[in-house]
Amino acid sequence: MSELQDILANPAFWVAVLRIATPLILGTLGVLLCERAGVLNLGIEGTMVAGAFTGWLAVYAGAPLWTGVLVAALTGAVLGLLHAFLTVVMALSQHVAGLGITLLATALSYYGYRVSFPKVATPPTITPFAEMHWLGLPVLSQQTPLTLLALVAVPLLGYLLYRTPLGLALRMVGENPHAAEGQGLSVVAVRSGAIVAGSALMGVAGAFLTLSAFNAFFFNMVNGRGWICVALVVFASWRPGKALLGALLFAFFDALQLRLQQAGSAVFPYQVYLMLPYVLSILALVLVARKASYPQALMKPYRKGER
Amino acid sequence: MRLEKRQQTSPLAWVLAPLGAVGFTLLVSALLVLWAGAPVGRTYLLLLQGGFGSVFALSETLTRAIPLILTGLAATVAFRARLFNIGAEGQLYAGALAAVAVGGAHGGTGWDLPPALLFGLMLAASALAGALLLLGPALMKARLGVDEVVTTLLLNFIVLLLVSMMLDGPMKDPTAMGWPQSVALLPELELSKLIAQTRVHSGLLAGMGLALGLWVLMRYTVLGFDIRALGANAGAAAFVGVPVTRTLVWVAVLSGGLAGLAGAIEVAGRTSYLTLDMSPGYGYSGIVIAMLAGLQPLGVLFAGVFVAGMLVGADSMSRAVGVPTYIADVIVAASLISVLVAGALAQYRVRWK
Amino acid sequence: MTGPVLSLSGITKRFGALLANDAISLELQPGEILALLGENGAGKSTLVSILFGHYTADSGSITVFGQALPPGDPRAALAAGIGMVHQHFTLADNLRVLDNIMLGSEPLWQPFTRRAAARARLLAVSQRFGLEVDPDAVVGTLSVGERQRVEILKALYRGARILILDEPTAVLTPQESEALFHVLGQMVAQGLSIIFISHKLAEVLRVSDRVAVLRQGRLVAQARSADTSQAQLAQWMVGHAVGAPQRHPAQRTGEAVCVLRDVCTPAGRDRLDRVSLALHSGEIVAVAGISGNGQVALAEVLSGTRGIASGEVRLLGAPLPKSPAQLTALGVARIPEDRHAVGVVGDLPVWENAVSERLRSRLFSRFSWVRRRAALAYAQALIARFDVRGAGPLAPARSLSGGNMQKLILGRALMHPAGTGTPRLIVAHQPTWGLDIGAVAYVQAQLIAAREAGAAVLLLSGDLDEVLTLGDRVAVMHRGHLSEAVPAAQWTRESIGLAMAGARPHEDAHAA
Repeated sequence: MSELQDILANPAFWVAVLRIATPLILGTLGVLLCERAGVLNLGIEGTMVAGAFTGWLAVYAGAPLWTGVLVAALTGAVLGLLHAFLTVVMALSQHVAGLGITLLATALSYYGYRVSFPKVATPPTITPFAEMHWLGLPVLSQQTPLTLLALVAVPLLGYLLYRTPLGLALRMVGENPHAAEGQGLSVVAVRSGAIVAGSALMGVAGAFLTLSAFNAFFFNMVNGRGWICVALVVFASWRPGKALLGALLFAFFDALQLRLQQAGSAVFPYQVYLMLPYVLSILALVLVARKASYPQALMKPYRKGER
Repeated sequence: MRLEKRQQTSPLAWVLAPLGAVGFTLLVSALLVLWAGAPVGRTYLLLLQGGFGSVFALSETLTRAIPLILTGLAATVAFRARLFNIGAEGQLYAGALAAVAVGGAHGGTGWDLPPALLFGLMLAASALAGALLLLGPALMKARLGVDEVVTTLLLNFIVLLLVSMMLDGPMKDPTAMGWPQSVALLPELELSKLIAQTRVHSGLLAGMGLALGLWVLMRYTVLGFDIRALGANAGAAAFVGVPVTRTLVWVAVLSGGLAGLAGAIEVAGRTSYLTLDMSPGYGYSGIVIAMLAGLQPLGVLFAGVFVAGMLVGADSMSRAVGVPTYIADVIVAASLISVLVAGALAQYRVRWK
Repeated sequence: MTGPVLSLSGITKRFGALLANDAISLELQPGEILALLGENGAGKSTLVSILFGHYTADSGSITVFGQALPPGDPRAALAAGIGMVHQHFTLADNLRVLDNIMLGSEPLWQPFTRRAAARARLLAVSQRFGLEVDPDAVVGTLSVGERQRVEILKALYRGARILILDEPTAVLTPQESEALFHVLGQMVAQGLSIIFISHKLAEVLRVSDRVAVLRQGRLVAQARSADTSQAQLAQWMVGHAVGAPQRHPAQRTGEAVCVLRDVCTPAGRDRLDRVSLALHSGEIVAVAGISGNGQVALAEVLSGTRGIASGEVRLLGAPLPKSPAQLTALGVARIPEDRHAVGVVGDLPVWENAVSERLRSRLFSRFSWVRRRAALAYAQALIARFDVRGAGPLAPARSLSGGNMQKLILGRALMHPAGTGTPRLIVAHQPTWGLDIGAVAYVQAQLIAAREAGAAVLLLSGDLDEVLTLGDRVAVMHRGHLSEAVPAAQWTRESIGLAMAGARPHEDAHAA
C-alpha cells in the first residue's frame, strides 16, 4: 500500500498520466465528433497509424514539427473524406467501411515506411517536441505543446457543439437527419464535415506518438489505442467534458500498472498489468451500457427522400 | 448527392462489379510499386507466379489458405447475423492454446487415451475455447446492448497477453532452449499431409467440408433461417418467433468455434507448437475474406485462396524485386473497399440532386 | 396581392415504373385553404414533397409569389416562404423545443448562437398564432399534440407564408382536430395560405375553401367545398360511386377466448395500466385511441413479444404462452402495426416469410431440417388465395407493394395448414393503415369473415370510422387505461373523442 502512496506522491507519475492521456483525448474527441453526427468511425486505429507515420516522415524530411502535425491532420482528413464517401454517399455499412479503412491505412503506412527505409538496423529518429518549461506550472511544464492542444480542444469542442449553429446542426444530423433536411441543411455536407474534422483529430492523436511521446515510428505503435477511444466515447456519453475525464481515468490506470510493475511487486506476471487497460475498457462499456443515450441516428444510413 | 436505386441490376453487372473493383485496385497499387522503384509489370507477374505459378507456389498458397478459410467462415456466419465478430484473432489463439493444452507432448493432459479420441477431444476443446470467448460479447450485446465490435477487439489484446503469459510459464516447452513456445503436440495428433513433399495438410479438407456444411446449414435448416432473419431484421425475426438470444448464442458458438478450430488446425497441421507470432492477422483477414465472398460460405473458399495467393506471392516477389510485402495487405484492403463500392454502384445510381 | 401565391404547372414524377404524379397543374389563391384529397397512394405526399424540395420533379415548374422556385432544394423553398408540417414529425427527441425550432435559422459560420433572441421570437410567434409551447422542454417528453405544435411552429418561426400540412389530424382526437382548425383560421387571418392534405371527407369539407382531388397520380377534379358533397368527393377519389360503409353486426358470440385481468406492463413510454378485457369468439372488439397510449403494449402482450408485470392473461382457459411460436400453434393470428419494420423480413424471399411463423412445426421442418417443398407449396397456395401480386414466391419480400405485403401478412396470419384449426384469436394492429381503398376493403372483409368462422378479433385502429363500422364492441385506450368495451351503438364520435382525451364516460354506468 505504501508503494501506491509513493507512486501517487511522485509528480513524475502525474506527468506520465497526462502524457499517456493526450492521444486518448484527441482520438476520443475525434470519434465523438463523428458519432455525434451519427457515424461510427472504426477507421480510427488506421488513421492514428497513418497520422503517426506521415507526420513523422514530414519532420524527418526536414519540415518543422508543427508542419508535421499539420501533415498528420491532413492525412487524417483525407482518410475521413474516404470514410465519408463510403458511409455517407454510398451508404455502406459503417462497421465494414471503418475496418476497411483501418486495414488500408495501416498497410499503406507500413508499406511506405518500408519503402522509405528498406534496410535499417535501428529505427531512424527525429527531434521531438520539447517540454514547455516556460509555462512554470507543475506537471504541465513537463508536457509538450500537443498536450496543451488536447486540453484546450476539450472546452473548444464543447463550445462548438453546444453554443454554435454549426454544433446544433451537427447534433441534429446525428439525432434526426430528416429534421435537418427539412430545415434546409445538407445532411451529406454536415456529416462529411464532421467525419473529416474528427479524422483530422485522430491523425493528430497519432502524430503525438511519433512527434512527442517517442521520436521514431515503429510497427504496432498504436497498439489498440484507437479502439480504446471508441470505448471511451460511450463511457463519456458523447460529451467532451466526460471524454476528458475518461481519458484521464484510463491513463491513470495505465501509468499505475507500469509503475507497479517497476516497483517490483511481481505478484502477477507483467502481462496481467498490461491487460488491465483493456479489461477496464470493457468494464466501463458494460457499466455505462444500460443508460447510454445514443445519438438517435447513430449507425443508421441516411437515404435522402426515403421515409 | 444521394443514391437512387436502379430499376434492374443486370446479372452482367454482378460479375463485372467485383472484377472491375479488383482491376481498379491493381491500377492504384501499381503506383505504390512505382514508388518502390520496381517495374510494375514484372512485380505483378512475380506476384502471380509466387502465388499460383508453380506446384510449389500453389501448395504454399493452399497451406496459407487453410486458416484464412476457417476465419473467413467464422466471420461469415457472425456477420450474417449482424454480430460483428472482430475477435477471431483472439479466438484463434485461444483455440490453439486449448489444442496444445489437451494434446501437448510433455506436461499435456497426461491422459492415456487412444490418439483418435484425443484428437477429437483436442478439436472440441479448441472450438469450445473460441466459442466461449465470443459468447461473452454476444451475451453482453443481447442483454445489455453493448456494441460487440469494441468488446471483441479488446479481447484480442487480452487473449494475446494471456497466451504470452502461458508461454512464459506453465505451457513453456522446456526443451526449446528459452524460446517462448509451447510444448509440441503429440506427433500422432498432427494432421497428415495431403500432397506429399508439400506443406498442404488435411486441414484443407476440413476447411472445404466446413464451408459446405455452413452453406447447407444456412440454406436448409431452421437455424440457418433464424440466423438470416435475425441479421436482416431483428424486430421482424422476433415477431415471427425466432428465439433471438438462443440464436445469437448459436452464432457465437459457431463463429467462435470456427475461429478456435482455425488455431487448432494451424498447430496440428503446420507448426505443431504454439508461438506468439503464429498468426500474422488471420483473424482480421478473415473479415476481409468474408466480405469479398459476399458473406457466402462457398465464396469464402475462393476469396480465401485469392487472399492467400496474394500474401504468398508477395513474400516471394519481395525477395526478388524488393517491393515490401505489405503491398499484399494494401491490395487486399483496397480490394475490399472497391468491391463494396462497385457492389453498391451496381445497385444504386449516384444522383447529384 | 392579386393572382395565385403558388402555381404548379405540369408536375410529373416517376419512381421507377410507378407514375406518382402525372402532369399536375394547381393553383393556390392568397388566403385560401386548399384541401388536397386522395386515397393512400394517390400521389398527395409526393406532390407536396416536390413542392418543398425533398424530391425533384421529372418535368413541370413551380412559381411562388410570382418567382420561379428552384427545384429539389428545401432551402430555396424555405426562403420562398413555404413551410411544411410533415406527417411523420421530423423532430429530435433528445433535443429541446427551442433547438428543434431554431435549427437552420442562423448561418452555420456564425460563431455563437443568439439563444435569447431566438427564444423571444419564438414566444412572439407562439402568441401570435395561439400555439402554446415550452421552449425548454425536451421534445421526447411531449405528447403527440404538443409535438405537432412544435412542428407547426418550426414553419411559422421561419416566416412561412404558405403552409403545407400533411394529414395533420391522423394523430389527433376530434377535439384536438377542432382546435387545429381554429388555429388554421387564425393563420389565414394573419395572411397565410394553406394546403391541407387529408383523406377524411368530412374534415375536408369542414375546413377548406377549395378541394383538389388526386387519383392515381392525376388531378381529377377541383371544386369549391361549398359546392360539393362527401358522396361526390368519394366518387372522385375512387373513380366510381361509393356506398356508405356497411355495418355487419355479429350474428352470435360464444365463449371467452382470451381474458385480460388487471394487466400492467413494466414502466415505459407505452404501457398498460390495469387493463381488463374479455374477447369472445364471434365478435370484433375495436379499440380506439391516439397512438402512443398503450396500443403497442396491448398488441405486443398478446403477440408474445412483451411480458407483463402484474395481472393475468388467459388464453382458452390457460395462461398465455410466452413465445410467438407457441401462440401461433394455439391459433393466435397476429397482424403487426408496421409491415415494413416488423411484418416481414424484407431481404428474405416471400415463401420464407409466408411460412416463417410455422417453421418450427412438424409441417415445415423435421429435426431442424426445413421441408422446402412443403413450404414452397404452402406459400404458393397462400399467394393464390390472398391474391399477393408480385414477382413470385422466390422474390425478396421487400419487392412487394404495401398492399400486397399486407396481404402476405394477412395470409400468414389467417391461413392455416390442413390439420390445424382456424385461428381462434386475431390481434390486428392498424391493419389497414396506408392502404388504398380496395386493399382496405379486402382486409376488413377478411376480418369479418374470420369472425364469422368463430374467431375473436381484437382490432386496434386509429381510424375512428373503421372502429365504429367494424367494431361490435368498442373500447377506448388512454394513457394505458382501457375503458369498458361497450356495444358500438352506445358511442358517438363526440363521446369517443372525449374518451380518447381522458374522460371516462362509461365507467359509472358499468362498474367492473
